[in-house]
Amino acid sequence: MVAEDLKDSAKLTLRDLRVVFRRRRGGEVVAVDDLNLTVRDKEFVCLVGPSGCGKSTVLRVVAGLTRPASGAVMLDGVDVAEPGADRGMVFQSYTLFPWLTVQGNVEFGPRLRGASADECVSTARRYIDLVGLSGFEHAYPKELSGGMQQRAAIARALANDPEILLMDEPFGALDAQTRNLMQELLLKVWEQTHKTVLFVTHDIEEAVLLADRVYVMTARPGRIKHQVRVPLPRPRTVEVLDAEEFIRIRRDVYRSIREESLKALAAGDSASRNH
Amino acid sequence: MARRTYLSGVALSATVITLVWIILTYGGVVQPLFLPSPSGVVRSAITLLRDGSLIVNAQASLIVIVSGWALAAVAAVPLGILMGTLKFVEALVEPIVDFVRYLPVSAMIPLLILYIGIGTAEKVAVIFIGTFFQLVLLIADVSANVSKDLLDSAYTLGAKRRTVFSRVLVPATLPGVVDNLRITMGWAWTYLIVAELVSADRGLGYLILDSMRGLYTDRIFVSLFVIGLLGLLFDMIFKWLHRRLLPWSPKI
Repeated sequence: MVAEDLKDSAKLTLRDLRVVFRRRRGGEVVAVDDLNLTVRDKEFVCLVGPSGCGKSTVLRVVAGLTRPASGAVMLDGVDVAEPGADRGMVFQSYTLFPWLTVQGNVEFGPRLRGASADECVSTARRYIDLVGLSGFEHAYPKELSGGMQQRAAIARALANDPEILLMDEPFGALDAQTRNLMQELLLKVWEQTHKTVLFVTHDIEEAVLLADRVYVMTARPGRIKHQVRVPLPRPRTVEVLDAEEFIRIRRDVYRSIREESLKALAAGDSASRNH
Repeated sequence: MARRTYLSGVALSATVITLVWIILTYGGVVQPLFLPSPSGVVRSAITLLRDGSLIVNAQASLIVIVSGWALAAVAAVPLGILMGTLKFVEALVEPIVDFVRYLPVSAMIPLLILYIGIGTAEKVAVIFIGTFFQLVLLIADVSANVSKDLLDSAYTLGAKRRTVFSRVLVPATLPGVVDNLRITMGWAWTYLIVAELVSADRGLGYLILDSMRGLYTDRIFVSLFVIGLLGLLFDMIFKWLHRRLLPWSPKI
């Protein structure tokens, strides 16, 4: 019954996904195997797992940047293979185009699809305002702090009005204080846009704070170990971090990941012994 | 404060060098044949300016160096960018370039004289060969090192391959391109002087060789000063262009 319900409103479906990387010196690594997941329309889903489990790979497959060995990636019931403007992505590294101002960066997508100059400007202004960068329209990326660059990157991805927003540890390179501010900002932005989001992180607290549902991945080869619902009320603020419910859910996810991290560690140990 | 420290360092080293020069020459420690005095160098600079030979020779060198280097840049920059981007172009070009760039261009001067003669064209060819092969590899490296995430984010914004190339990859290489153009211009001076020392009837290298034949050591020093000043001037022009044309560059 639940599965049926999911199918009805599924925005993104990954079925039996398998991703294989060829090693440079021959041999293959199965990064992701047998992975199934669904993201519903307007849902915020986080994907967590031990490092090296292939969670970023899953995101790159959805974005069309990495080809899977087999399996299906469907957005609104249609297979996707190539990258496209319907799946916006925010990376962990700073990826603003250094030769464009904040305005130019946010306009990049609308310009590509041939929007009029007026429309480009007004769209860019709206999203720059949404992420709190008004006044910095004409600044170059090198003049911005890391947190500001990531805010601009979020605005740039949103300006395309994508069907789904893919976020690959977007706050991973920021210091703890800035990361908290960014999480609050993202919650606020999400309240206003209600985008469908698939968010990859290794930070459990971040995942539980942001998500409606958290998928926990196994150690390599990555597959879904289990999912945890996060029925915390919205709109959320960082105050939820102290709620009993929050702490309980966080503990659940933490235990589950710990098992996998230990497995990954053991596998790494035996691998290094074999060398 | 940092700037003042820097400037006082510059002043100190200039003063020390000048003092040592003054002591060695006016003190009679070294004969003028080997090290001319400051006033001797100034006098001979004035003579060379008056009779026009300094201007004529500097002009000849400048024409050769700018045209040889510009030809190399026009050919090497696009080829290098393609080489760093497309595996096929890399396979096509790299083995040849890797081989040629270890041949010192000075070793090819006799061959070039045989083919082209000893005129301006031969000097231009020396500079072209000397800088082109180095520049191709440097630019290829710049374009291969453009952040993969930068290109990927353009794809996720809806760009296709051609657009990613022209609107993301090419602009991303610009700071590296300008930097390497500046560096190869410095090398071009070396190749030019070597070519002019081997065979020439004008140019700053020729002026040095001609002064040596007449034991005019002071004229040799004038030529060296002019070469140094021109090199410094080009370096400053490139840095100024970098600031003016690429104000967004993280390197400035």
